[in-house]
Amino acid sequence: MTRYLRYLVPLAIFFILVAFLYRGLSLDPKRVPSPLVGKPMPAFVLPRLQDPAATISDTDLKGKVSILNIWATWCVSCRAEHEVLLLLAKTGKVDIYGLNYKDERPKAQQWLLQLGDPYAANAFDADGRTGIDWGVYGAPETFIMDKQGIIRHKHIGPLTVDALNNEILPLIAELQSTP
Amino acid sequence: MKSETLINSSCRRMPASSALKTLDPGMRRDDDKIITQGILKTLVAVLTLCLLLGASLAQAGVTLESFKFDSKAEEQHFKDLIEELRCLVCQNQSLVDSDAELAHDLRAEVYDMVQAGKNDQEIVEFLVARYGDFVLYNPPIKPSTYLIWFGPFVLLLIAGLLLLRSIRRQQKVPAAEISAEERERLNTILGNTTTSQDKDQ
Repeated sequence: MTRYLRYLVPLAIFFILVAFLYRGLSLDPKRVPSPLVGKPMPAFVLPRLQDPAATISDTDLKGKVSILNIWATWCVSCRAEHEVLLLLAKTGKVDIYGLNYKDERPKAQQWLLQLGDPYAANAFDADGRTGIDWGVYGAPETFIMDKQGIIRHKHIGPLTVDALNNEILPLIAELQSTP
Repeated sequence: MKSETLINSSCRRMPASSALKTLDPGMRRDDDKIITQGILKTLVAVLTLCLLLGASLAQAGVTLESFKFDSKAEEQHFKDLIEELRCLVCQNQSLVDSDAELAHDLRAEVYDMVQAGKNDQEIVEFLVARYGDFVLYNPPIKPSTYLIWFGPFVLLLIAGLLLLRSIRRQQKVPAAEISAEERERLNTILGNTTTSQDKDQ
């Protein structure tokens, strides 16, 4: 019996390896977990996209469940995502804020005019410094904050209807129900 | 759907020609500009090639041309620092190598911090706080990385112990002794008078 066992050991190791490699196939290295989840949102003060004279800051997002969506007109996936954002805005369950990241003001304004504006307000991050503070490395990215302004979730990549129904909306409902 | 790689999906190495735009704060996404930039880049690339052929250009610090340093040592220090940091867009490139726009931004950010007199640890902490340990090419030793750091040594230890055991076991097995009677029987079976050893092989 023990004689057979020693032949089973390499086989077992082989299957463990296969399990690890198989898991590796379904992992996306582009999705780097954010260390900011569970922490207060980074402070910022930026000019608004629609009104350069006015500013918007992190305090505008506090005291309620809020969403910060990082987008830009040069970002193709952002266009794909825009429909979903409009859908989310239509539910009226949460205020969506935008961080217009390294973009051009006229182009961004034009974008909102053409495609519709799901945002409560947009911050205009011309040089991307605020983006760095939020750990942005690829648009679009979406953060969900609770009422205390703690980041509770980061969605990397374009929002989909699936993600909206399975992750975002349930989380928002949960955060809304807690004080 | 995959997250779109930031701005510059071209994960090519930093060409010397693009080092100039590193600190340009007016840099924007602009299709026409990209096209003209593309032509310009090709031009500059050709010129650079000529230069390279003409004289052996110092390859080191290609990306650092736009940064001003007080001394060579300072420049080397900066380079060593960003070499240990990963570009999140082109994940197999360090901040030294990558031409992604985020790498440009982060290089500028690190440069500013160095100029502001921050030490390496503060700078690394700044980036880790935003991007996580993933920005470090040299992962820190902590419970979640014990396996990476010590796993190979554990495997080596296990392999060494197994080897030792098998060697010991071989030593313990005494050379088989056969009696004269058995030897005779063996020779009869083999049909000769030589020892079985000669028959080997």
